Amino acid sequence: MQILYLALALFLLVNLGAGMWRILRGPTAADRMMAAQLFGTTAVAVLLLLAQATGKPALSDVALVFALLAAVTTVAFVRRAWTDQGANNESE
Amino acid sequence: MNPNDTLSTALLIAGAIFFLAGTVGLLRFPDVYTRLHAITKADNVGLGLVVMGLAVQAETWAEAGKLLLIWCLVLLAGASVSHLIARGALTRGIKLWRR
Amino acid sequence: MEAVTLLQWTFDILLGLGLLWLAWQALTSPDLFKGIVLFIAFGLLMALAWVRLDAPDIALAEAGIGAGLTGALLLAAFAKLRTVKTNRDIAEHPEKGKLKNRSLQFWPAALLLVVAAGLGYAVLSLPPYATGLSSEVDANLNASGVSNPVTAVLLNFRGYDTMLEMFVLLLALLGVWSLEGSALTREALPGPVLNTLTRVLTPMLILVAAYLLWVGAHAPGGAFQAGSVLGAAGVLLLLSGWRLPSNLAAMPLRLTLVAGPAIFVAMVVLTMLIEGRLLEYPPEQAGILMLFLETAATLSIGVTLAALFLGGRPQNKNNKEHT
Repeated sequence: MQILYLALALFLLVNLGAGMWRILRGPTAADRMMAAQLFGTTAVAVLLLLAQATGKPALSDVALVFALLAAVTTVAFVRRAWTDQGANNESE
Repeated sequence: MNPNDTLSTALLIAGAIFFLAGTVGLLRFPDVYTRLHAITKADNVGLGLVVMGLAVQAETWAEAGKLLLIWCLVLLAGASVSHLIARGALTRGIKLWRR
Repeated sequence: MEAVTLLQWTFDILLGLGLLWLAWQALTSPDLFKGIVLFIAFGLLMALAWVRLDAPDIALAEAGIGAGLTGALLLAAFAKLRTVKTNRDIAEHPEKGKLKNRSLQFWPAALLLVVAAGLGYAVLSLPPYATGLSSEVDANLNASGVSNPVTAVLLNFRGYDTMLEMFVLLLALLGVWSLEGSALTREALPGPVLNTLTRVLTPMLILVAAYLLWVGAHAPGGAFQAGSVLGAAGVLLLLSGWRLPSNLAAMPLRLTLVAGPAIFVAMVVLTMLIEGRLLEYPPEQAGILMLFLETAATLSIGVTLAALFLGGRPQNKNNKEHT
């Protein structure tokens, strides 16, 4: 089972790498932020898999903090930093 | 392989497939709203299946409960944040994709 | 075992390359917002890296501060910068923003060079091989009053480090407060979804902060991790339009902000009087004293981080008329 956990953790990490393209590409600010949101969730899954694979339950505390703070950054984005310019930049 | 291992293998792989689908959707879908639709599948179902797969292996109820709590928190955050983004995008006039 | 080692190596190499690439992209991005999002992603991966380096304490702090709070702080700063940029005065007189005095550029550069030289010398004079201090920490863990070696180092063996960090945080906030008062305008009403999210998440954040503080005695966790989670609760409340009631904004707020540093100083004086040495607790009471210290530190760190996010001295209409 340990091999499966690690293989899946690696698979999710590769997924993260592919998702980076959306952060770089945009085109709107919301797209970049959404990719970061997916990063957070994937990181939670990776942490839980690593916790199980390495037998360190403390890692699930890190996942817990990730899960709790996942919303804070995006709420800050929606409430404070979202520019209207996003609509003009949409050129895809 | 005992039945527990088989069950959790199946759940974990299914979860990973949902994560893959979410990432592919994020990369390939044409506008903010459809991409939002894709990533929430990874948030909700993907992590849910991974959590269930790991909970099968948990040794104590407390451990399984913590996994469930983490999933519920991500569900809450994911659902609320997607709503906020979708609403924000509409009010800011980001156009819906038309074929 | 072969496959396990191979998988771990692949994971670590990919993670390392991903971090370097993200850091490069974040630094070179001409689009400020893109840079911020890349930095948030960098924080997430960095927490994973700390986990792989077997440092769950730092991973917790990175998860709270790096991935959560710094992102929110940077986004708030981004929002502020935008209003500055559209300021007509700067647009019409671009030369105002430039430094006229050459010496203002020279002295910081000289200072940085001296510091860099000193650091270089320190690194070069390190012994080529060292066993580290973990064996000594383990040998003295019994006398520290806790069973988590990281907490023992942070609050007992090198408690003065943590004390100075508390002062750094306080100084940062004083710096922000000396610039301007916070805006009197409130944010728009949060709407039902954000409202529900805040109402559910805030008690959870406070509960988890208390859990991290408590668990720090024997497992990864502690004042900074708990403080960052507490700070996130404050940030979330501020974002949904909540402001500190004006009767709490003056003295009670300031007392909470200095509680951590002040109790540290009190502890220094006390331990100097009793044991004759700086922050050296009597072994029997060490555990309870450290819990007391950490609780005050958590409160101060959390409130300081939330106040930093607010970004200005809290004020109400009454005391604005006075000043």
